[in-house]
Amino acid sequence: MSEGVDRDKRRFLTLLTTGVGAIGVGFAATPFVLSMTPSARARAAGAPVEVDISKLEPGQMMTVEWRGKPVWIVRRTKEMLDTLSALTDQLADPESKNADQQPVYAKNPGRSRKPELLVLVGICTHLGCSPSQKFQVGPASGMGDDWTGGFFCPCHGSKFDLAGRVFKGVPAPTNLVVPPYVFLSDTRVLIGLIGDDTKGAA
Amino acid sequence: MEKLLAWIDDRFPLTKVWEEHLAKYYAPKNFNFWYYFGILATVVLVLQIVTGIILTMHYKPDTELAFASVEYIMRDVSWGWLIRYLHSTGASFFFIIVYLHMFRALLYGSHRKPRELVWIIGVIIFVALMAEAFMGYLLPWGNMSYWGAQVIISLFDAIPFIGPVLSEWIRGDFVIADATLNRFFAFHVIAIPLVLVVLVFVHIVALHKVGSNNPDGIEIKKKKDANGIPLDGIPFHPYYTVKDLVGVIVFLMVFSAVVFFAPELGGWFLEHDNFVPANILQTPPEIVPLWYFTPYYSILRANTVNFLMVDAKIWGVIFMGLSIMVFFIMPWLDRSPVKSIRYRGWIYKTALAIFVVAFVILGYLGTKSPQAIDLMLFPNVYWAQIFTIVYFAFFALMPWYTKLDKTKPVPERVTK
Repeated sequence: MSEGVDRDKRRFLTLLTTGVGAIGVGFAATPFVLSMTPSARARAAGAPVEVDISKLEPGQMMTVEWRGKPVWIVRRTKEMLDTLSALTDQLADPESKNADQQPVYAKNPGRSRKPELLVLVGICTHLGCSPSQKFQVGPASGMGDDWTGGFFCPCHGSKFDLAGRVFKGVPAPTNLVVPPYVFLSDTRVLIGLIGDDTKGAA
Repeated sequence: MEKLLAWIDDRFPLTKVWEEHLAKYYAPKNFNFWYYFGILATVVLVLQIVTGIILTMHYKPDTELAFASVEYIMRDVSWGWLIRYLHSTGASFFFIIVYLHMFRALLYGSHRKPRELVWIIGVIIFVALMAEAFMGYLLPWGNMSYWGAQVIISLFDAIPFIGPVLSEWIRGDFVIADATLNRFFAFHVIAIPLVLVVLVFVHIVALHKVGSNNPDGIEIKKKKDANGIPLDGIPFHPYYTVKDLVGVIVFLMVFSAVVFFAPELGGWFLEHDNFVPANILQTPPEIVPLWYFTPYYSILRANTVNFLMVDAKIWGVIFMGLSIMVFFIMPWLDRSPVKSIRYRGWIYKTALAIFVVAFVILGYLGTKSPQAIDLMLFPNVYWAQIFTIVYFAFFALMPWYTKLDKTKPVPERVTK
């Protein structure tokens, strides 16, 4: 029995034990960390919403709830649609090139299936506030003399036009999201499709 | 009695702890007004814990019941209104005290060598306190609670790649929901308070290792008498325990006046929009955090320019993070040969004054709409940009201006 200490061996064993211990801690922590992710019930609660739009007059907006988020439906007037083409220079993404922000069928000037009917998730792409509607034009809107109507986020001042397209020089990085939706008839629209078809070829 | 004490001392270092931390802990004899805020922060911590325990007996962390249970506390629970107002007013006073406590460090160099760790632990306490306040603010489930949390949790969305998954993990749902409220309750009432209590303990242990600083920024341990007791030190007990008692009583007078006569303080301590239940379809016209977060909120939304291939939104988050993290390295940014402002030149005094002005104005702008013109000439967001730059310049230029600054000779012993 030697009195001496083999330091290399001791250091090796310490390192090895620490390493094995760390792996064990990692495994043990996994259930605790994962228990905080959305539960099965939360994942299941994403059912589509059917909306009756027969009472929506031109120039009006209605708000419905889908997946705990506000969804806006706006029946745009002819004048409102005419403003869209004039704004191109002031917008960050006028042609809706960012594919994450809308289904393929909404990648058009009005960002909608039917030109007059706009459907948007009413959550600012900056930090998740709900923008307010500023449909009045010019000084009456409180948004400046050349305002042609749109949405304004009160939290951090982001501005969007009447197709939910973001203006340049505001904190929001992208256009408002267009949710997947389909017209069941002229007066009924289904927001959110069954399954995970968020890009919505339907 | 002495036998009992001896019996305990053989098994637990009671007398030793008493002497080391109170009866024979020698604090500089020249403490002034600014040295009350440490003890006051401790008093408020205890107050928050005691009132918090009572509130949890009546509160329900459920999106259907939370708002009504707070109203139930206010109207039907015996003395519930007082307990709740003590807790909500206590939160704001906690930040007033902590900000003044931190300002004291900037005045007298309490963060400088050898007290870097005392300071760093203190900054961690500050960050934990912010988390505690933020999570507590969701619990009443008012409309401002809901949308404030929505905005702050969306900050994590801005982090590239892992952002969306991370914010889902924090919320426990795809939006702020029952799961979020329930876990914030868990963090607010048990996890973070535990951390805070441990950190405060460690803060004091570190302080008592190096000894307290003082308004002259002199190390009193350098001049000791024959018994090894600092010449300029006096035992913490009874001298400062008695002095602090007076400070605590004066504080409680001011505190009670607010609790009894203006618990909402015109919307500054309890926001008007939070007396409306959370409505997921309707953002309040202005989302404003409580006053103690507004300077950082201003910095968050000040940047509106994309640069270096990174979105303006992410820069806003980075700047806000940096504006708090920068406190951690402050002990090494300051290169002045002296600690106390009493022996510094005009440059540091001016810089500190400008910093305080910038901090207050950022705080004010954080309560206003970015597009409005509340100061003069141009919209608030541009003023916020200017003062954000001033805020960071105070830290970024510190290594130079503190070195350049002409200092006065520091006396050997503490002055009056």
